[in-house]
Amino acid sequence: MRDLELEAEAGGYHLNPDREFTRGLVRGLLANRERYGYISCPCRLASGNREDDLDIICPCDYRDPDLAEYGACYCALYVSAEVAAGARVPDPVPERRPPPAERKRQKAEHTVVSETLKYPVWRCRVCGYLCARNEPPEFCPICRVSRDRFERFM
Amino acid sequence: MQHVPGADRGRVILYALSTCGWCARTKDLLTDLGVGFSYIYVDLLTGEERDRVVREVEHWNPQLSFPTIVVNDSKVVVGFREQEIREAIGA
Repeated sequence: MRDLELEAEAGGYHLNPDREFTRGLVRGLLANRERYGYISCPCRLASGNREDDLDIICPCDYRDPDLAEYGACYCALYVSAEVAAGARVPDPVPERRPPPAERKRQKAEHTVVSETLKYPVWRCRVCGYLCARNEPPEFCPICRVSRDRFERFM
Repeated sequence: MQHVPGADRGRVILYALSTCGWCARTKDLLTDLGVGFSYIYVDLLTGEERDRVVREVEHWNPQLSFPTIVVNDSKVVVGFREQEIREAIGA
């Protein structure tokens, strides 16, 4: 948990200062890694299929917008600086992940990709980092998530 | 489905995940309120049973998020919202 905390702080993120609560979530992450082979969100029902669960592998695609709006991510493992400092209590976070049918529909939609660019532009779905090169990086240099969390942006 | 004995406030069902902090808080709250309720850890189910329970949760909460509390097959509370939970069970 210390490693996770150091990594979070280095990236400008904060773990929930409620140690006992946070420890429970980390145990949940480890249980999911044991079960599914990846650390899917402890507060969401994983399918067991990595591709279907990519958006809820921690840190999830919804962490940053939830931190900005509610002061915590969905399961409250990560909190905003204000919450970490005890200056604000996080609001309950409504589920931002689209329901199963909607996710299927979104997946089926094709992204319009420009043909005039010299290089494709890849976007990290977790932190929004953009890079223009033939392939996305192995790990996001900003938030450290793996290559499969990138989407073609342009 | 596990049952926690307590005061009868109708049929109280908690759909939860075994790994989720908010589900644990919800279970603690219901226990502390002394209400009789049943809970089920959907992530621990497999096969047909899991499919059936997932459909059941989706019926009450199409978002399929946890915790979902259903009281008397009518009142639904999604998430650890203490005030709403207290009101739903009349505690």
